[in-house]
Amino acid sequence: MKFRGKIVDIACLNHFSRVITTISKLTKTCILRLTPDNLFFVLCGKVANGGVSMWCELSQANFFDEYQMEGMNPEDNEICLEVAPENMSRALKTVQNAKVVKVKLTKKHCPCLTIVAELPTLSSVSRVVTHDIPVDVIPRRLWHEFKEPTVPDFDVSIYLPPLKTMKNVVDRMKNLSNFLQVIEANLNGEMNLKIETDLVSVTTHFKDLGNPPWGDGASQGSSSSQSRDPEAMAEARVDIRRLQQFLMGQQVNPSKAMCNIVHEKVVHLILLHDDMSLQYFIPAVV
Amino acid sequence: MCLHFSTTMPLSTQSQAQDEQYVLVASLDNARNLSNILKAISFKDHAIFSATTNGLKVTVEDSKCLQANAFIQAEIFQEFTIREDLVGFQVTLTVLLDCLNIFGGSTAPGVSTALRMCYRGYGYPLTLFLEEGGVVTVCKIKTQEPEEPIDFEFCSSNVTNKVILQSESLKEAFSELDMTSEVLQITMSPSQPYFRLSTFGNSGNAHYDYPKDSDMMELFRCTKTQINRYKMSLLKPTTKALALSCKVSVRIDNRGILSLQYMVRNDDGQICFVEYYCCPDEETDDE
Repeated sequence: MKFRGKIVDIACLNHFSRVITTISKLTKTCILRLTPDNLFFVLCGKVANGGVSMWCELSQANFFDEYQMEGMNPEDNEICLEVAPENMSRALKTVQNAKVVKVKLTKKHCPCLTIVAELPTLSSVSRVVTHDIPVDVIPRRLWHEFKEPTVPDFDVSIYLPPLKTMKNVVDRMKNLSNFLQVIEANLNGEMNLKIETDLVSVTTHFKDLGNPPWGDGASQGSSSSQSRDPEAMAEARVDIRRLQQFLMGQQVNPSKAMCNIVHEKVVHLILLHDDMSLQYFIPAVV
Repeated sequence: MCLHFSTTMPLSTQSQAQDEQYVLVASLDNARNLSNILKAISFKDHAIFSATTNGLKVTVEDSKCLQANAFIQAEIFQEFTIREDLVGFQVTLTVLLDCLNIFGGSTAPGVSTALRMCYRGYGYPLTLFLEEGGVVTVCKIKTQEPEEPIDFEFCSSNVTNKVILQSESLKEAFSELDMTSEVLQITMSPSQPYFRLSTFGNSGNAHYDYPKDSDMMELFRCTKTQINRYKMSLLKPTTKALALSCKVSVRIDNRGILSLQYMVRNDDGQICFVEYYCCPDEETDDE
């Protein structure tokens, strides 16, 4: 098993660092899958993390100048590691001024992702910084748990409002609520966020958001999407802290942001950036 | 700016007929003109709202010894319609403030939240319609039976000593007050030291003197020497109102009850008032 990557462009390093920081705000640990073309950060829904799951996909060519990986064997040409993204984020922040950053899989006292960088100093001699981030290698037999999620059979798909506005509103709603948030949307470009307690009910109405044209290929609800009443709302009641966590982690405005709702089942958030895509699934509370 | 809630509200609650059901409707182009002043008196959970044709009065009390009142005259509102002589209700102030700031309370220039506050009367919630950037939020806040605010029976004819100071001068003193002192002692006198704030804390005694001919002293009307002590914990919240204000009047009546009146200028330069009444601390007896 081998992995070596080299980042030489400061903008690429910056973006990579930002992606890792975003992931670190969403989860304490996750799976890092390395394939010849991509890196994936994966979290699969377990009771411990409130059932949320995450799929973040990066094309290695967007970040790495050099990238070599070799899995266990040619049929399974992939490496699967369990890592704490916060450790990676911290390490990358310390090397943000480096000319060259190398990332490689090593074996120190345990398997590690090692980040090595040469940092400029005032003298002619550069300083070399090395970070060894402990990782767990995930055995082949468990890889099936970390497959790309399929787009659920959603009832409504809608573009999200500006994330900053959403975050401001959700932050205040969390103060007021008992942790439950209703998200509902329809095919008329309308989305509502609601909370309700004994003391207060608050509903925020977003309009003219637009609905993404998924086309015939993708699922559009029980094949009655053509006849679905555009005013009818699909809703899901979720843990507001999960939504708040998702919004807190976003550092840059995505080029596209959408939300698919399976009525009373799950909220599927999709963010598309130039160099990465992020999907986040929040299950509905029964 | 005009709020067109009747056409954009998906809940269709804003028809002309519906409007007539409200006993109070108050609108502001900038919700901060209400939320800022309410923040200045938000030291307790509950606030008593009292509306008349003159405007809105919001009262917050603490342990029967301290009372804060914020006055927002009808002229401050872009719309202020009241269908009864007196409309009163009580709400949880922290909830109201979170609602008023639902869009994050941004202080960016040109960005403001518009507010329409509606109340149908006893038993109904207080309904807020807030709008920023085309996004509308509707809040329904449960109201309670308003408690009767304390009447401190404070009247001008019983005022022994009065000064009006520019807030600048008091802001410094209040920010440096020794919080280990249980009381704040206020001395007002026609002779030296004229107007003095004193604390008695762990680091010793501290005095802040304001001479009657100081630049900061806009009015000085002291007739008799009075020394009164007030619990520091009760006066601490007044710092919020002081921070917002440009002028403050300090009056003490013949019973030692303190009245602090703060002149506050809002975002649009309009004047509102916040006043505090505080009873003297009876526990320590001066010799």
